[in-house]
Amino acid sequence: MEILYVYTRKRSEFGRPCSFSDRPAKVSVDIAPNPAMASGFVLRNPVDSAVQHTSDMSEHEVNTERVEVESRGVNHIEGGWPKDINPQEVEQTIRFRKKVEKDENYVNTIMHLGALMEHCVKQNNAINIYEEYFGEEEMAEVEDEPPSAKTVNVIRDPNVTKRTATHLSWHPDTCKKLAVAYSSLEFQQNAKDMSFDSYIWDLENPNKPELVLKPSSPLVCLEYNPKDSYVLVGGCYNGQLAYWDTRKGGLPVEVSAVEVSHRDPVYGAVWLQSKTGTECFSASTDGQVLWWDIRKLSEPTETLVLDITRRGLREKALGAITLEFEPTMPTKFMVGTEQGIVIACNRKAKTPSEKITSTYSGHHGPVYALSRNPFYPKVFLTVGDWTARIWSEETKESSIMWTKYHLSYLTDGCWSTVRPAVFFTTRSDGTLDVWDFLFKQKDPSLSLKVCDEPLASLRLQDNGCVVGCGSKLGTITLLEISSGLCTLQRNEKTLATAMFERETKREKILEARHREMRLKERARSEGQGTEVEERPVESPQEVFDRARRDFFEVIEAELQRRARAGTHRPGRGSASASELKHHAGEEAAAEGEEGQVPRDEEEDAKVSALQLRVPSPLLPAGVAAPRVGRGQAELGGSLPAGGEQRVPDPTPAPSAGAVAETGPVARTETFVLVTDGPLPS
Amino acid sequence: MCICKLAHLDQKSSTGEKQAEVEETLKRIQAHKGVIGTVVINAEGIPIRTTLDNSTSVQYAGLLHQLTMKARSIVRDIDPQNDLTFLRIRSKKHEIMVAPDKDYLLIVIQNPCE
Repeated sequence: MEILYVYTRKRSEFGRPCSFSDRPAKVSVDIAPNPAMASGFVLRNPVDSAVQHTSDMSEHEVNTERVEVESRGVNHIEGGWPKDINPQEVEQTIRFRKKVEKDENYVNTIMHLGALMEHCVKQNNAINIYEEYFGEEEMAEVEDEPPSAKTVNVIRDPNVTKRTATHLSWHPDTCKKLAVAYSSLEFQQNAKDMSFDSYIWDLENPNKPELVLKPSSPLVCLEYNPKDSYVLVGGCYNGQLAYWDTRKGGLPVEVSAVEVSHRDPVYGAVWLQSKTGTECFSASTDGQVLWWDIRKLSEPTETLVLDITRRGLREKALGAITLEFEPTMPTKFMVGTEQGIVIACNRKAKTPSEKITSTYSGHHGPVYALSRNPFYPKVFLTVGDWTARIWSEETKESSIMWTKYHLSYLTDGCWSTVRPAVFFTTRSDGTLDVWDFLFKQKDPSLSLKVCDEPLASLRLQDNGCVVGCGSKLGTITLLEISSGLCTLQRNEKTLATAMFERETKREKILEARHREMRLKERARSEGQGTEVEERPVESPQEVFDRARRDFFEVIEAELQRRARAGTHRPGRGSASASELKHHAGEEAAAEGEEGQVPRDEEEDAKVSALQLRVPSPLLPAGVAAPRVGRGQAELGGSLPAGGEQRVPDPTPAPSAGAVAETGPVARTETFVLVTDGPLPS
Repeated sequence: MCICKLAHLDQKSSTGEKQAEVEETLKRIQAHKGVIGTVVINAEGIPIRTTLDNSTSVQYAGLLHQLTMKARSIVRDIDPQNDLTFLRIRSKKHEIMVAPDKDYLLIVIQNPCE
């Protein structure tokens, strides 16, 4: 063994050995608490103190500056030839090639590679590795991944003053291009430097528009011609119509003459189905619908005034906000108006008054979007105020289905092109909703907050998967919807058909019932001429006097009844029941029951205040009408019964009921006023 | 002298034979079912033998050369002992097969399905 290294140290340098010893505890410092300082503290009870041993983290955000990328191509032209050979000279290249082929290295390499290659080629021919083995079997239900959407692209308005993207239109063939109309719809709030341009964007390059369209006034709507993808028509803010040819640049090829154009912004412009492919029509809030041939924009080919009294009066016309036209039904079209009414028109009617075939009212505000279901043309969707409603052409009184009332306005909507019961809506709080009405009617299947500012427009691509939404600040977001919402499920068509038919039938039944009740009411009010004071035509003053009289009589009755309340209570129920039956006719048996039902409810509820407002063609209206009729009949007769009919069971709290009628119409609105304390009779 | 000459003759014919073999191999590959085209390119990207037109060959030459270089470097980066032997690119329309070598590249474009 050899010693590798010698390490020496003196013993004294090691340090003394430790010798530990015990020592009793000794108090070194004693600091007594000072009670005087307790006043500076508040007793905490219980004390909740948390301790966690983690490392301190902080959150930082980093956002790089937007990088502008540009695509450039590199062209590989022939190269690699040795210096002495000119690639254009065929002889020289052939000679070079022959020389290479003679090279031994070449020969060996190619033999080797050739063998390898042949093996693979034969392999390919032998078996198709991507063969579908189980193609015949139905794909197992793709288990419901929750519907989702992802943003594919965001295109921003390049101008400094942002304008609303009011209308989008996809290029008819490729769907890679999007034409967007920008304008500011705020009344008289256009900034001085707001640009009038609208753009055509190519989705490959969201930084710079492919083409800038320069109209003389901002465009409110813009549509590609479905037959000729180079032509677009746009409706301007000042009411003119302009058309562009993208091959000819950004200035409009022709603009309609100001005198014959609309007087208000053109909110809807749609291409028509025609042999020449040059016809379109436009609508605006000035109440006109104009047909144009774009070859001659100096005057419209046809006009229609949207006057639903069918007299063609401009003063009475309704302003149009949206147009709808389905190429499969070329003579019919629909207009959604500012007043909330949808007008269905027939272009080929003989007289202008017949052009308007029917109206559908149901929205409280302007109808911002109108579109027919691509699978069931009789069913159409309207979007306006806070709801979206689905209508059937046959039911004119009300929509067959509707969404709940949202907290914000709905601004645009459209059906899905792939699934019959799916539609999209946008809201003014920046949310995009996707509704699947077969699956769930109460809520949207998918609700996405796209941006913070209101969304103004929506357009679905023809494939049904990609949807573009334009916002108030000119930002266009392209979203791709998950495949669950854009692939047709197995029984969907039959189920959707069944659903629409069922709802249409329901509405028809309700309409029929309502009509019946109206007729009966009319018949009865005519038959009761002797009992009721005759009121052939009443002036408003007479109506008012009568109402006043009725009111005071009811108060009196109530006061009297209250005096008798204690003794009468047990017997009252049956007494009034018999009275009800006595006064009603044979058909009122049902209605009498209905009359009793709310009364029973009133008794049960024992409310001191009751406010009834009965608006629409549902049963209570029918009930109110005969009740009112009966009440009037009884006013002459037994007051207590009349009083009892309407007024709830009095609790010690003061209450008085009065009914003010708006006239002998079936669709009555019954108000019950509540006052504190007895009224002077 | 005569023997030398004879020997020389033999050598020459063997290269000639080999060349014929090469021709035959390439022709055989081209004749297989589904083969659309064959290109042989050298290290500089010049198509030596091709059955396609010049511009297409040049395009394939330039692009595939770079791709093969990249693929080879990937294989070797992962494992330096490894090397690229074959490269297949399957696309919707056809399959491009590249057999690389130090100096030359043999490219065959085949349509694999019936």
